Amino acid sequence: MRRKWIFWLAAFAALALLQATLRGLIGPYNYQIVILVGINIILAVSLNLINGVTGQFSIGHAGFYAVGAYASASLVYYGGPEIRPLIAFLPPFAQNAVLLLLGLLAGAILAGLAGLAVGIPSLRLRGDYLAIVTLGFGEIIRVLILNVDAIGGSRGFAGIPQISNFFWVYLAVIITVVTVHNLVNSSYGRAFISIRDDEVAAEAMGVDTTRFKVLSFVISSMFAGVAGGLFGHYTSFLHPNSFLFTTSFYLIIMIVVGGLGSIEGAILGAVLVTVLLEVLREFGPYRLVNFAVLLVLIMIYRPQGLLGSWTLFKRPKAAAG
Amino acid sequence: METFLQQLINGISQGSAYALIALGYTMVYGVLRLINFAHSDVYMFGAFMGFYLANARWLQSSLGTSVAAAVVVMLGAMALSAGLGILIERFAYRPGRGPARFTPAFWFGILGAAFGHLTGETVASTALGAGAGVVLGVIVEKAGLRPVPQHSRLALLIIAIGVSLFLENGGQQAFGADPKFFPPIIATTVLPVGPLIIDSQRLVVLGVSVALMVLLEVIVNYTKTGKAMRAVSFNLDAAKLMGINTDRIIAFTFALGSALAAAGGILVSLLYPRIDPLMGVMPGLKAFVAAVLGGIGNIPGAMLGGLILGLAEVMAVGYGQSTYRDAIAFIILVLILLLKPAGIMGKGAVEKV
Amino acid sequence: MAVLDIKNCTKRFGGLVAVKDLNMSLNHGDLYGLIGPNGAGKTTVFNLITGVYAPDEGSIELDGQAIHNQKPSAIAKLGISRTFQNIRIFQSMTVLENVKVAAHMRKTQGLWDAVLRTHNLREEEQEIEQRAIDLLKIFNLDKRAHELARNLPYGSQRRLEIARGLGTNPKVLLLDEPAAGMNPYEAGELMHLIQWIREKFRITILLVEHNMKVVMGVCEKIQVIDYGVTIALGTPKEIQDNPRVIEAYLGGA
Repeated sequence: MRRKWIFWLAAFAALALLQATLRGLIGPYNYQIVILVGINIILAVSLNLINGVTGQFSIGHAGFYAVGAYASASLVYYGGPEIRPLIAFLPPFAQNAVLLLLGLLAGAILAGLAGLAVGIPSLRLRGDYLAIVTLGFGEIIRVLILNVDAIGGSRGFAGIPQISNFFWVYLAVIITVVTVHNLVNSSYGRAFISIRDDEVAAEAMGVDTTRFKVLSFVISSMFAGVAGGLFGHYTSFLHPNSFLFTTSFYLIIMIVVGGLGSIEGAILGAVLVTVLLEVLREFGPYRLVNFAVLLVLIMIYRPQGLLGSWTLFKRPKAAAG
Repeated sequence: METFLQQLINGISQGSAYALIALGYTMVYGVLRLINFAHSDVYMFGAFMGFYLANARWLQSSLGTSVAAAVVVMLGAMALSAGLGILIERFAYRPGRGPARFTPAFWFGILGAAFGHLTGETVASTALGAGAGVVLGVIVEKAGLRPVPQHSRLALLIIAIGVSLFLENGGQQAFGADPKFFPPIIATTVLPVGPLIIDSQRLVVLGVSVALMVLLEVIVNYTKTGKAMRAVSFNLDAAKLMGINTDRIIAFTFALGSALAAAGGILVSLLYPRIDPLMGVMPGLKAFVAAVLGGIGNIPGAMLGGLILGLAEVMAVGYGQSTYRDAIAFIILVLILLLKPAGIMGKGAVEKV
Repeated sequence: MAVLDIKNCTKRFGGLVAVKDLNMSLNHGDLYGLIGPNGAGKTTVFNLITGVYAPDEGSIELDGQAIHNQKPSAIAKLGISRTFQNIRIFQSMTVLENVKVAAHMRKTQGLWDAVLRTHNLREEEQEIEQRAIDLLKIFNLDKRAHELARNLPYGSQRRLEIARGLGTNPKVLLLDEPAAGMNPYEAGELMHLIQWIREKFRITILLVEHNMKVVMGVCEKIQVIDYGVTIALGTPKEIQDNPRVIEAYLGGA
C-alpha cells in the first residue's frame, strides 16, 4: 500500500519537473511531438483493450476521440465564462486545471455514451462485419460534427482555451496505462481475453459476453474521449478532418505494429508510428509512401508485431504456485 | 414528376458507377475473404490512366474525339489497372498464403526508386535506386527472409490499408496532388426524351456499365474460369484439391475487379471530369457499402447494392439535405449490418458449436 | 425431484427437425449416458440444455427452475457446465488461467476493485488462484500450470477442459465426447476419472459418447436417440440387448 503512494508521488514530481523544463530542453517542435506521442499512447492503449484484449474488431476509434475532443472543448469554451467566477478564489493555473478536469470528464462521459451506442448494436456482429460497422459509426459521428455550426462545423472550432500541457497529458498516460494494466490482471481481464479466445466457451463458463463486450467498448471509448479533450485543449483548434477514418487506421497500425494484445506493444507502436511519421518528413514528399511500404513489409514478415508476445510487466504471480 | 424521373436517371447512373466498383470488392471478398481497401485506389489509377491515354498526342492525332478513341482509352485503362491489381495481389496479399518469391525485391525496389528520385531527381537516379533496391531484396530473400504464412484477418486488413496509403500517396507524387480535368473523349449531346432532358453522357455511362456487368455475369457463370472462381469462393482448399490453380484464379479475380473499377473511374470522369489522387476514397467506401448492402461475396448483390445506394444518395440530395450526402452511405451500412448482416442477397453462415 | 428435466422438447433448423418431443430426466448424482448414431441430435440436446439454442417447443428445468429461456452465461451461473466436442480451451491463456476463468461467476470484485487493485481484489485473486491450483492437482496438470494451453498434448487438453468445467462448481456436468481421440489406455483412465469426479464432487454427469466401452462401463442409465427421437432408455445391459438400438446403429438387416 505504501508503495503505491510512493509511486504516485514520484510520478507527480517527475511530471511537474518535466513540465517546467521540457520545452526549454528540447525545443517547441520536439515538445509538440512528445505531446502527440502521449495522446496517441492513450488512444492506442485504449483501442488495444477492445481489439487486442477482447478481440473485437473495432476500426472507428477516431469517432470516440472526436466526441471527447468536441465535448470537452464545448464545455470549456461555452461554460468557461460561467464557471470561472465560481472558482475565482483559486490561482489561475488551478482554475485552468479545474476547467480542464471538468472538460475531460465531459469528454469521457460523452465518449463513453458513444461507445455504448456503438457497442450495443454491434454485439451480434463478428470479425469483418464488426469492423465495418465501427468504421461506419466513426464516419457518421464525423459527418454529424461537420454539420453542427455551434462547434464550428466545416470551418473548425477555434479559440479553445489552451489549458492542456505535458503534465496533464502524461498524467493521463500514466493513469490510462495503470488502469488498463490492473484491469487486464483481474477477473475482468480474464473475461475479456476469454471472449477473444472463444466466445462460446466463455459464455459456457459463465462470462456474460454481451456485458463484457459492451464494457470494453465503453471503457475504451472513455479513455479516447479523454485523449480528445487533451488534444483539443492543446492545439486550441479542432476540425473534423483530424478525425477521419485514416486516423482510426493509424491507431490500428500502432497497436498491430507493436504487437496486438499487449499494453507495451500499444505504447511502443504509438511511439514508433508517431515518431516515424515525423522522422520521415526528412524524406520529404515520399514520407507517407515509405511509411506505407514499411507497414506492408512489417505485416508480411512480422504480423505478430515487433514485440510479439513479449511482455515487460509480467502478470503478477500469487505466492508459492 | 419530371424532376423525379430526372433524379431517377441520375440515381441509376450514379448507382451503376458504384456497382462497377462494388463488384471488385465483392469478388475479392468472395475468393479471399479479404476487404481489399486498396481497391478504391485502383479506381483512381484507372481514371488517371485514362486521363494520360486520352491526352496522349498520338491518340489525339490519329483518332481525335471519337468512339474509337474512347474505346482505346477505356480498354487501355482497364488493362493497365488489371495489371496493377495483379501486382497488388502478387506482392501484398499472396505472401500470406504461401511462398511468394521476389516479394522483398519488389518492395525494396519501390523504396529504392523513391530514394533515388529524391536524391537525384532524374529518371536515371530513380532507376538506379530501384535497381539497388531489387538487388538488396533478392539478397535478403536468399538470406532467409520468408513471409509469415497464415495471416490473421487483422494483419491482412492492415496490409490492405498499407497498400491503399501507398497508392494514394504514391499517386500524389507521381501524378501531382492538384486536380486534373479529364478531357472529353466522346462527343456530348443532349437528348430530349419526352419531358426529360438526358445527357448523352449518362446514357453512355449506363450503357457501358450494363454491358460490362452482363459480360461479367457471362464470364462468371458460363466459362470454365468463372466456374473455378466460384469454386474458390466456396472453398479454397477443396478447389485446390480439384486441381484448380487457385493462385492463378485469384490473380484473375483481382484483374477482373480492377478492370471494372477502372471502367468505373473513367465513366465517372465523363460525368465529373475533375480527378485527383484521392478521388477514390469516398466512392470506394461507398461502393464497399454497396457491396455489403447487396451481400458481400455476391455478384448480383453488388450490382443491386450499387443501384440502391446511388438512388438513395441522389434522392436524399434532391429532396433533403445535401450536406448529409456522405452520411447516407454509412447510415445504410449500419442499418443493414444491424438488421441483415448477410446483405440483401446473402446467406449467413451458421457457426457449429 | 429431478435435478435436470427436459420435457417434450422440439428443436427445428429450417425444415430439419433435430430433436423431436424429447424427454429426459436426471436425478441428483446420476451418471447418465446419451448415445445414438452420428447426427442423431445429441450435441443439439447439449446445446439446448446450455442455452446455445432455445427449444421451439417444450421446457427444460434445473431443480425445478426453467432454464430454456435463459442465455448460456446465466445457465452456467445456475449450475450447468460443459465440455465441447471440439475442444474449446482458451488458446492464448495458460493452463492455470483457463481454470481461473471458471471462477468468474463467483467473483465479488467490482470494477473499482480491479482498477484500484484494492485489498478485496488481491485477496480474491489469491483465493481464485489457490482453488484453480487445487483443481489442477486433481487432474495432474498442476506441474504445467504456467504453460500455454495450446501447447498441451491432446489428452491433457481434454482433461484441462474438464477441470475448467468443474471450476464453475456445477450441479450438472455435461461431457461432450470426452473420449474422442483417446487410445484404450487413456479411455480407461477417463472412465475412472469420471466415476471419481461424480463421487468427489457429488454432481450429476451427463455424457455423450461414441466409445461404447466407456459408455457401458461408466453410465448407470443410458438414453438412445436417433433422428432426434428417443428409441430406448435403460441400464447398459438393457440397451445392449435392445434390438431397436442395434438396428439404429447397424442399419437393419
